[in-house]
Amino acid sequence: MKVKQTKYMKLSGLEPLILNENSNFINVGERTNVAGSRKFLRLIKEEKFDEALDIARHQVDGGAQIVDINMDDGLIDGKEAMVRFLNLIAAEPDICRVPMMIDSSKWEIIEAGLQVVQGKCVVNSISLKEGEEKFIWEATQIKRYGAAVIVMAFDEVGQADNYERRIEIAKRSYDILVHKVGFPSEDIIFDLNIFPVATGMEEHRRNAIDFIEATRWVRENLENVSVSGGVSNVSFSFRGNNTVREAMHSVFLYYAIQNGMNMGIVNPAMLEVYDDIPKDLLEHVEDVILDRRDDATERLLDFAETVKGSAKERTVDLSWRENPLQDRITHALVKGLDAFIIEDIEEARVAANKPIEVIEGNLMIGMNVVGDLFGAGKMFLPQVVKSARVMKKAVGYLNPFIEAEKSDKSEPVGKILMATVKGDVHDIGKNIVSVVLACNNYEIVDLGVMVPPEKIIETAIAERVDAIGLSGLITPSLDEMVYLAKEMQNKNLEVPLLIGGATTSKAHTAVKIDTQYKNAVVHVNDASRAVTVVGDLLNKKTSNAYVAKMKADYDEFRTKFLKRGKEKSYISIEEARKRKYKIDWNTSEIVKPKELGVQVLKQLSLKALLPFIDWSPFFRSWDLHGKYPDILTDKVVGEQATQLFEDAEDMIRHIIAKQLLKPKAVFGLFEANSINEDDISVQKKGEEIAVFRTLRQQLKKREGIPNHALADFIAPKASGKTDYMGAFCVGIFGAQELAESYKAKDDDYNAIMAQAIADRFAEAFAEYLHKQIRTKHWGYAADEDLTNQDLIKESYKGIRPAPGYPACPDHLEKETIWELLEVEKLIGVTLTESLAMWPAAAVSGYYFGNPEAKYFGLGKITDDQLMDYAERKGITKEKARKWLHPNLAG
Amino acid sequence: MSNIHKALQARILVLDGAMGTMLQAYKFTEEDFRGERFKDYPTPLQGNNDLLSLTQPEAIKTIHGKYFEVGADIVETNTFSGTTIAMADYQMEDLVYELNYESAKIAREVADEFTAKEPHKPRFVAGSIGPTNRTASMSPDVNDPGYRAVTFDELRIAYKQQIEALVDGGVDLLLVETVFDTLNAKAALFAIEEVKAERNIDIPIMLSGTITDASGRTLSGQTAEAFLISVSHVPLLSVGFNCALGANLLQPHLEAIANKTDFAISAHPNAGLPNAFGEYDETPEEMGAQIEEYLKKNLINIIGGCCGTSPEHIKVIADIAAKYKPRRYAEVVSV
Repeated sequence: MKVKQTKYMKLSGLEPLILNENSNFINVGERTNVAGSRKFLRLIKEEKFDEALDIARHQVDGGAQIVDINMDDGLIDGKEAMVRFLNLIAAEPDICRVPMMIDSSKWEIIEAGLQVVQGKCVVNSISLKEGEEKFIWEATQIKRYGAAVIVMAFDEVGQADNYERRIEIAKRSYDILVHKVGFPSEDIIFDLNIFPVATGMEEHRRNAIDFIEATRWVRENLENVSVSGGVSNVSFSFRGNNTVREAMHSVFLYYAIQNGMNMGIVNPAMLEVYDDIPKDLLEHVEDVILDRRDDATERLLDFAETVKGSAKERTVDLSWRENPLQDRITHALVKGLDAFIIEDIEEARVAANKPIEVIEGNLMIGMNVVGDLFGAGKMFLPQVVKSARVMKKAVGYLNPFIEAEKSDKSEPVGKILMATVKGDVHDIGKNIVSVVLACNNYEIVDLGVMVPPEKIIETAIAERVDAIGLSGLITPSLDEMVYLAKEMQNKNLEVPLLIGGATTSKAHTAVKIDTQYKNAVVHVNDASRAVTVVGDLLNKKTSNAYVAKMKADYDEFRTKFLKRGKEKSYISIEEARKRKYKIDWNTSEIVKPKELGVQVLKQLSLKALLPFIDWSPFFRSWDLHGKYPDILTDKVVGEQATQLFEDAEDMIRHIIAKQLLKPKAVFGLFEANSINEDDISVQKKGEEIAVFRTLRQQLKKREGIPNHALADFIAPKASGKTDYMGAFCVGIFGAQELAESYKAKDDDYNAIMAQAIADRFAEAFAEYLHKQIRTKHWGYAADEDLTNQDLIKESYKGIRPAPGYPACPDHLEKETIWELLEVEKLIGVTLTESLAMWPAAAVSGYYFGNPEAKYFGLGKITDDQLMDYAERKGITKEKARKWLHPNLAG
Repeated sequence: MSNIHKALQARILVLDGAMGTMLQAYKFTEEDFRGERFKDYPTPLQGNNDLLSLTQPEAIKTIHGKYFEVGADIVETNTFSGTTIAMADYQMEDLVYELNYESAKIAREVADEFTAKEPHKPRFVAGSIGPTNRTASMSPDVNDPGYRAVTFDELRIAYKQQIEALVDGGVDLLLVETVFDTLNAKAALFAIEEVKAERNIDIPIMLSGTITDASGRTLSGQTAEAFLISVSHVPLLSVGFNCALGANLLQPHLEAIANKTDFAISAHPNAGLPNAFGEYDETPEEMGAQIEEYLKKNLINIIGGCCGTSPEHIKVIADIAAKYKPRRYAEVVSV
């Protein structure tokens, strides 16, 4: 067929939708239609707009390229509902990224809809039903509002129901629109009426084939228009037999699309793949659709009886519900199933003398099984946390009964104070340990994050805790822990001190913390060890021996460690500078960034970040070790990893749907030159606007191996060349609130999950932004083509080291970034007194674009560089020492 | 074919620079803003720049003249906030007609003087239509995303009043600018189409959006191309972007639309990004060098400046623009 087309329809939501010769069939979502969906009607009637939005979102996620919205129902105020719903959609970028179709038989509803949508919509529909004058007036208005229009094949006489009437009305409507109204022909869509076939009525036999042939005529004769229709009508006679209906839709579309139908309302769930239709069924359906035999309808009806589809329901195995009560409770705890727990606990409560017995008996029996399995490595952390969720739910249910009896509470095994130290905001690890300990019947006093040492000590005394657990992720937290240990000694505390968190180590604990406190100090490197360590420490029989053993162990470790440290030798900073990494600035390619200056990015969808997520650290945060995606099929942890991953994906879908997390970034690209060997002068039009201070490796190395500093990657001022660098900060907002909302529901599993996911998004955002920098904003690698795996392996050109990490361990440099980019003002990420970022899911750093730039670890530095650094930075030596403490040799 | 269409075919037209930046240099006091006529007005008036067309018309006239002097083809009327919606801040809704009418007349008078002096280079007046201070497709209340502080009809009526006064005052074209919410712009376009139909006139329309975010979207979330599609139902003289970004950051967005439209392309960027004090400090030469990049790429038909630009900037831009041919486009002239 020869379609007449010189112009193509263009529509828009937040993003464009353009039809062209290469476009596939445009699928219009139709579930947000009160006439077509009982569920949607009910939600609108009950004003449950949130759920109604979910239907719209679901359609877009499912591939609808346009969303049809219809509020025509006698019992609702259609105009108000249309406006309210469209206004709400406008606040949901995941929905309003596609164009809207405003569907009503009432002009006032259509106009109200057109007045609240910024993008170019489709009006559904107008027709000549009530005469030319009204048709022209409405079309003129629609043109002025800037929308495309569906024209129904309907005129003063009635609805077109055969081939001739369809083309007659289409031709007349087209001529009026194009010649009298001046309506753009590419913005006209004809709905040529899809009517049912196989109704048993003789006059309906050609309904499908007439539509298909009329479609062909319209596309060949009316330049630039589109043809649409509601496909499910055609199979109306076979309601109840989805196998036949799905085949009919596929066959109908197969022929209609070949003949020029280019958009339509199709339920993707009600569509069989044409090639997958069984040959016999296909033949019968085609006979009907194409009207190939006089007895086509009877034959399909007979045949249909034989192919009534049997719906395959997925069954859930509930056989465990038949087991005795204790088995059911244990099963629920081990499997983390909370659906029946209240029911079972109530049964146990009624049977028990006192409600407390249910906790001490039934629940503890179950939790002991969990503990045993966990200890034996047969259960994994995510499962245990889910078990704890069920436990909490059960205890929550029992508490009122226990209170009412005013009986003694169950005696916990011990009371543990947990806190993330002053200046630090990271608490995933702390929360996991808390949950695991709580599962084992310890009472947890959780002081949260950024807890000052005075408060920890005060609370420990007031609450008479049995142990203190400290957590921290950033390096300054290490010194906080040392300080706290010292204070605990000063206040003559005796309780054991547990140390945990990503930057903590046995070495640091043994060398720096253990020496400050006479009593037990134990580094607990993963949550699964916490229970045994605490158990040993608090067991009156074994604790003395255990503490003595730990002290001896740390003492020995310390001696060895300090000895090893002394064996390394360092060179002076002057010497190290002579051995700096040398780039030949005469030949090195310097690319000027396409966009200099500071920019903000707040409108990015989380979806865009999904491909950039590095999942391996996510599993690590749950103590599941292995590389993604191999970990999903790992023999030992594979099943758990898969379950955890599915839960994470569910939550991500929820987060995206409800926009619960908000990514924000600020970044800047600047002129830069290295000065005084180790500093980088950042400039705007040659004027210095900031100076970054970098630190240089001082470890004595073999001849020819350079002593790196980040400044080596920037052309020195003396070279006479203008070089460039960048800085950035990305943050994910909302994780705290989300985690709190789960905690409020006693759902620690999802609370921890939310934070872990936010962390992944922050890292993914940094990865995404770095790519944008390389390919777009700076543009030195405009044609790079790297997979996510390549990115994780850091195979890209240029680096983005972050203050506080090995190449530049000085957290103080964040302050310079914050001033340079106005981070707090522009996106609201703040720095705590220990220079941790808030929200915690945040990443900041520098960009170096030179192809020779690479990551390195600073290692230890000596006093001469410390003094020099303090002077360059204009801070006291004491301050410099405090911040660089972990990196000082000796 | 009107004069401006002919001029556009022949060369790159130069739009003026900032009005606000120029007015700041006068350091007008509250008394200066009030003048004799509004000395007892109940609200503070300092900062109501549009009002200066009534109380300090000489300053406005001088600024227009300075821009024409350095080579601008088009000046914008001093009416960026000339709607009842924006003027509500000063309780001056009733003055909207007069403000627009007088502003148009001042610019008209200066333009005619220059055209008389240099008939080979006719000067044009564009009626500036700002975005107002409200958004029709976004809620100002974070807790109620369905709420709207202004409706399409309220905007349409307010814009219509402004447009009628501008047309009565003699503008050659209308410039709907600094569009951060496309729905506001659509209300303005709707109002223009109404006025055109009612008066049976044609008046060229320039439309200029604003992209604020590094993702390349408008404040209301549209991509540059979606924005273009959303406003292309009206026959525009030109479409383009202004404000928010400096010339270099604007370039990718101009590229995003330049080969997707048959309308002329306009740009009037800021003089760079504001520094820590909120001042724009890109020099005329720096800005000119950036703009020359556009022209080399053949992206532009109309070029000027927004926040922070001065006659010095426009002079450099005009000199550069004279060296290049305009972008070729299939102009659709509605008759």
